[in-house]
Amino acid sequence: MTESDFVRTPAKILGAGTPAPDFTLNTTPDQVLRLSELRGRPVILVFYPADWSPVCGDQVALYNEILPEFREYGAEILGISVDGVWCHAAFAQNRNLHFPLLSDFEPKGAVARLYGAYREGEGISERALFVLDADGIIRWSFCSPIGVNPGADGILKALESLAGRSAPAKAESFRADAAEMRP
Amino acid sequence: MSDGQLTPPVSGLDHAAGPDNAPVTLVEYGDYECPYCGMAHLIVKEAQRELGSELRLVFRNFPLAESHPHARGAAQAAEAAAAQGRFWEMHDMLFEHQDALEAEDLLAYAKSLGLDAQQFARDLADATHTKRVRDDFRSGVRSGVNGTPTFFMNGERYDGSWANQVAFINRLREAARQAAETSA
Repeated sequence: MTESDFVRTPAKILGAGTPAPDFTLNTTPDQVLRLSELRGRPVILVFYPADWSPVCGDQVALYNEILPEFREYGAEILGISVDGVWCHAAFAQNRNLHFPLLSDFEPKGAVARLYGAYREGEGISERALFVLDADGIIRWSFCSPIGVNPGADGILKALESLAGRSAPAKAESFRADAAEMRP
Repeated sequence: MSDGQLTPPVSGLDHAAGPDNAPVTLVEYGDYECPYCGMAHLIVKEAQRELGSELRLVFRNFPLAESHPHARGAAQAAEAAAAQGRFWEMHDMLFEHQDALEAEDLLAYAKSLGLDAQQFARDLADATHTKRVRDDFRSGVRSGVNGTPTFFMNGERYDGSWANQVAFINRLREAARQAAETSA
């Protein structure tokens, strides 16, 4: 990432500290996944514009290679685009992918919109990354220029800092609970 | 994000061609089975010819093994050749024969380069250089490698096109000039 890419980053996607909006999407023609089912471990949401375009192919292929490192943090990774389930199935098979691709197909882009990652007019999602903690709170997000593969270093750093601060995070929520209990 | 900074920096552990004090160091993260890396190989070769001692080339392994089933074996072969002091010869051989990277092909290349074939075969069978390949891959991920090939010029990720040979080589010359000015 160069400095100028960073400056051009649209600021409208949901940012750190925001609870991740829940959603239910198809992962295969006959299976659905609800985001909140994954509570208890970090989740990486990868919004990308489309299956088959050469750049996403690269990005998805890269994450596929790095899966073992994401799993070291106990993290789940979900790819999301507006492509239909059969398109995803063909793409996943072609690229030998080992993580789910979710179909944000009907209503089109509804989940991308929830995360501020929908490109009106073009009808595709941004190339946006979100790292959620075990409680479903967004801890890091990044929107890459549409033509730039953001790589995985940002995701890994976010997971690393999440792992590093898991103890303090618990302490904070404990304090918050204690505050609520005060009369 | 790493802001596209090479992590860790080039060290004595790397495979390097060209002088240590060359004004520009080009690091390539590549995959021997990746067709784009095969194309880039020719352009890098041309850059080496044109820049001469101004350029130090470093290669780190970034096998996309899920897409390229022979990529890891080929990376191991290059490392096994490196263990016998012949990394770059094998590196060139692999890029020049991207469509023939089966185990018996690798062994044939080792023989044609005059390597100790038994030792080479043992290294491949034992996957002796797995950690080295894996470490290279991890360093690439940390450095912001986002596909293959990814280049770093003097430690910074190069996001421009490498396919335009003239522009790529001009950019290297410019990096060399900048480095020379900074050190002057």
